[in-house]
Amino acid sequence: MSRSTPVPLLQQDSPSSSGPGRRPGPESPGVARAGPAALTAGWPGRRRRWRSSWQRLVSPLAILVIWQLVSSSGLISGQKLPPPTSVWHTALTLVTTNSPAYGTLQGAMLVSLQRVAIGFAVGGLIGLVAGLIAGLSRLGEYSVDPPMQMLRTVPLFGLIPVFIVWFGIGQLPKVLLIALGASIPLYLNTFAGIRSVDGKLAEAGQSLGLRRSEMIRHIILPGALPQILVGLRQSLGIAWLALVVAEQINANAGLGFIINQGQAFLNNSVIFVALLVYCVLGLLTDALVRLLERKALVWRRGFLDQ
Amino acid sequence: MAPRIPGPVTSPSGPLTFPAGREARLAAGVRGLTREFAGRRVLDQLDLDIAAGEFVALIGRRGTGKSTLLRALAGLDREVTGQLTVHGSTAVAFQEPRLVPWRRVWANVALGLRVSDPRSVARGALDEVGLTQRADAWPLTLSGGEAQRASLARALVREPSLLLLDEPFSALDALTRITMHRLVVRLWAHHQPAVLLVTHDVDEALALADRVIVLSYGKIADSCPVHVPRPRDREHPDLVNLRAHLLTELGVATEGKS
Repeated sequence: MSRSTPVPLLQQDSPSSSGPGRRPGPESPGVARAGPAALTAGWPGRRRRWRSSWQRLVSPLAILVIWQLVSSSGLISGQKLPPPTSVWHTALTLVTTNSPAYGTLQGAMLVSLQRVAIGFAVGGLIGLVAGLIAGLSRLGEYSVDPPMQMLRTVPLFGLIPVFIVWFGIGQLPKVLLIALGASIPLYLNTFAGIRSVDGKLAEAGQSLGLRRSEMIRHIILPGALPQILVGLRQSLGIAWLALVVAEQINANAGLGFIINQGQAFLNNSVIFVALLVYCVLGLLTDALVRLLERKALVWRRGFLDQ
Repeated sequence: MAPRIPGPVTSPSGPLTFPAGREARLAAGVRGLTREFAGRRVLDQLDLDIAAGEFVALIGRRGTGKSTLLRALAGLDREVTGQLTVHGSTAVAFQEPRLVPWRRVWANVALGLRVSDPRSVARGALDEVGLTQRADAWPLTLSGGEAQRASLARALVREPSLLLLDEPFSALDALTRITMHRLVVRLWAHHQPAVLLVTHDVDEALALADRVIVLSYGKIADSCPVHVPRPRDREHPDLVNLRAHLLTELGVATEGKS
């Protein structure tokens, strides 16, 4: 891949064509739903949620519109802050053309996703297992907790130079950085979750004659699960963060590489695309965990809905 | 120590007879039970026998060691000293129902059951307490009374020889409590476990128990057999007298004493 040829790619913005259908139109659900209101009367909670989720879209859309106006009117130069339309076109071009400078967006996404997936899987597993060991026994706590607490205070990104010396500049240091970052929140939350299980429930389990293994399976782990899921979300957040930083280490593929190239070619619009892809991927994985939460914590739902 | 073993439980109003080999008919026996919390003696050399099938109510002011005694009998307190014998198994219904919120009601009842078909056994127990409809519900959706019924079913399904009730009705409203009293008497008559009911409600104790024990400063201050057939009329002269006596014992002055 040649880096010597700066490609003035992707500047074909069409400033004034603000996308139609972006504004909440007259077919807004609040109005459309007014007719069959009797049908939904039995589900006031669901309807309210539906409406509020629509209302939550208003301010992000307003920000998009203002962003568009500010940069396309020339208030801020399009070079510094490319308008959303230009970012969109850049994204389309990055997807459809395999340029020597950037590769394709989907290719970069795959590489990044793979890094984060491996790193998160390894780190998450370590954090979970360490949390279980520390949470379930005093001996485990004494042997696992001190090193984990020490590790926790080490500034993650301060380790990058060390990692480069130890593991080079290939895939390994990136994945390890992500794994290390992801392991900590899951560890802390698993540990805390297990230790905060209601002692009265454990006592009830004891009075029912549960064996230790049954106690762990039926009382302790399910009791710790809400907290473990919180840890899972935090771990995912850190995994993405670590990915972004790790990918600045001499990457030759991935979203971080695209950002580096965009910077080299002074193409902010490319950087914005990569950043937005990070956002979307982060949101998607978060939504995945939330879905998992809804499935796993179904016993709370009836209670919370009331 | 005076013997505190009352007569056959099935006819509480009948004559007091001590069956031969009464040791075998004991559900639980306690000798010299002592428990200290940070140097304070909550149970002080306490002796108590509970006959098989006997319904004992334990009353006393707050902090007199009622719940401590119950927890000791349940095997939940490993720091008591003294002799403690329980013949057969125990089961507890706590003040808060302590249902496991992530297990459906039937699965709570089935928790720790070692039978071949726990699900149908659990459902049978729920039928008995009138919770058939709620077997598949999540515990957090139950009302207080329903949750306490489920908790009772969970205790009784184990067919304990000693059922320990730790103020299980104190958080319920008055009407629900009356219903629960009837339910408990019915279940007790059917399954015939010995029952130790910890309560601070003298009326509850008098409505249910064969014997009311007053606990004071970690010792048994009084033990009153109740020879009134069930269902009991609150205004029964024996109960009125006993109530006045027990309230005095607890240090509560009574007015309008007949």
